[in-house]
Amino acid sequence: MNLISLPMELEEKEMRQVYAETILELAQKDPRVVALEADLMSSISTNKIQPLIPNQIINCGIMEAHMMGVAAGFSLTGKIPFVHTFAQFATRRAFDQLFVSCAYARLNVKIIGSDAGVTAEHNGGTHMAFEDLGLVRLIPDATVYEASDSTMLKALLMQSHQDYGIHYIRTIRKKAIQLYHPSEQFPKGKGKLLREGTDVAIVASGIMVAEALTAAHILSSQGIEAMVIDMYSIKPIDRDLLRYAAEKTGLVITAENHNVIGGLGSAAAETLAETYPVPIYRIGVREQFGQVGKVDYLKEYYQLTAKDIVAAVTERMNERKK
Amino acid sequence: MNELKAFQDKIRLWTLKQLYHLGFGHYGGSLSIVEALAVLYGKVMNIHPDRMHEEDRDRFILSKGHGGPALYAALAAKGFFPYELLYTLNQNGTKLPSHPDRNLTPGVEMTTGSLGQGISVAVGVALSLKLSNIPSYTYTIVGDGELNEGQCWEAAQFAAHHKLHRLFVLVDDNKKQLDGWTKDICNPLDFVEKFRSFGFWACRVNGADMEEIDEAIQEGKQQAEKPVAIILDTVKGQGVPYLEMKEDNHHIRPSEEDKRAIERAICELERKCQLEEVSL
Repeated sequence: MNLISLPMELEEKEMRQVYAETILELAQKDPRVVALEADLMSSISTNKIQPLIPNQIINCGIMEAHMMGVAAGFSLTGKIPFVHTFAQFATRRAFDQLFVSCAYARLNVKIIGSDAGVTAEHNGGTHMAFEDLGLVRLIPDATVYEASDSTMLKALLMQSHQDYGIHYIRTIRKKAIQLYHPSEQFPKGKGKLLREGTDVAIVASGIMVAEALTAAHILSSQGIEAMVIDMYSIKPIDRDLLRYAAEKTGLVITAENHNVIGGLGSAAAETLAETYPVPIYRIGVREQFGQVGKVDYLKEYYQLTAKDIVAAVTERMNERKK
Repeated sequence: MNELKAFQDKIRLWTLKQLYHLGFGHYGGSLSIVEALAVLYGKVMNIHPDRMHEEDRDRFILSKGHGGPALYAALAAKGFFPYELLYTLNQNGTKLPSHPDRNLTPGVEMTTGSLGQGISVAVGVALSLKLSNIPSYTYTIVGDGELNEGQCWEAAQFAAHHKLHRLFVLVDDNKKQLDGWTKDICNPLDFVEKFRSFGFWACRVNGADMEEIDEAIQEGKQQAEKPVAIILDTVKGQGVPYLEMKEDNHHIRPSEEDKRAIERAICELERKCQLEEVSL
């Protein structure tokens, strides 16, 4: 079984365009929807929809901490705020506001953290969040997603709109590799089994899903059949699918554009340790800060490529739990 | 005014009784906002315990969350819950934690306590109401120490930009914060000037004088564009001379002498409240 055929191609639309279109659709359908921005509207394309819904988009200026409070205020009055800024501002910078004013107060706030990890590119280390998933995952009852293509991004935004509580959606801003048919559904707490396999399971999210599929293709030519899972719902995580993958393959490799501490790798390792322990290796950023560079360079630098996944698998094939 | 005075005395009495029963707490900054709370809950605000789901009610957010005990006393006096509940302040499993929690306490609109955040939420509420054409007022009390937090000034700038003239920021200028005098720790200079320069209509009133507070609010309501800042000139421990004079009065663990003074203040207020009840 292989749901996605190679070679994979970039989508026609950028993720930001789909973000803006989805916000517009939600806002026109539901007067409670409000988009909050902190001077990054043109970065996420919401400037293009602002004239159409002027009372449902607020540019807060460069005030991320305050913006979280405004979001809480909107939620208190029955609105559904979608708060966007770069991932590190949404989490590292405004964490206590997100934690106390939004989450601890049990309000209904959707947070979109863009420019995930290495895709912050030329903005460099100050703007490169490898910690955002870990931070938000620590918040009780928060839902944490990482979108891997625009079909998924749209679906996650639509279902977050329907689901009361704190949702964090991590995304890139530019074009993703196309993975899904527009009719695909992405339920909370589930992962997508994209490729069956018997020898190893690669559990990935975001831009690493395409790398995982490429790695599986390479491994297949070497006689190793890798299962590939797009674990877009990082919290709650799909415990059943993880267990299935571990039982069937005996070896799990996680792959994320994030620190190996706190994000998908941690979530998968913690879950498997409690359910069905197998050897696990986490591909991701290890004890490093971000830096400037093109995505391809940064993926190589932080060892986030299909090649790195292949190497991790082949090195550990003999550790598989039989 | 007699009725309001009685309401204020009840709030002060029950703030003291709560904290005395608990044995320790934020006496200073709870007592300094009693008059402001009395004016808001006793006169100015359109709220009622039975109508808290009506969207056109006025809102109050206690941004300086450590004044929680005074807010609880005001809510009890307003009929949100029985006075007896006040004795559970900070007890295990209580509905009255030291800092307000909207999910625990009837009448509490917002969870606060991490300073600087409540004012942003109040601003968000005010903007949301404005965009929905709901002419309700949003009130928040911030502490003078709390205004150390940069987030407060983000909120102020944003409120003026959006012309939130139905937003009232009451500053409890009791001159002290946890570690001492605000002017020694990080001199805030002139709050009236500061708020004016941020685009507010601002004035300073005697925060122990309910008529002055009320008049300032009525005058602030005449504003057609500017949000309103009312600087309440207060003292920590307000209304209890012994506590006003006490040097270290932000958070008090009373000595035996303190306890006797607080007991005397409670007795006096109880007598006053009884007399007021009879005369009303």
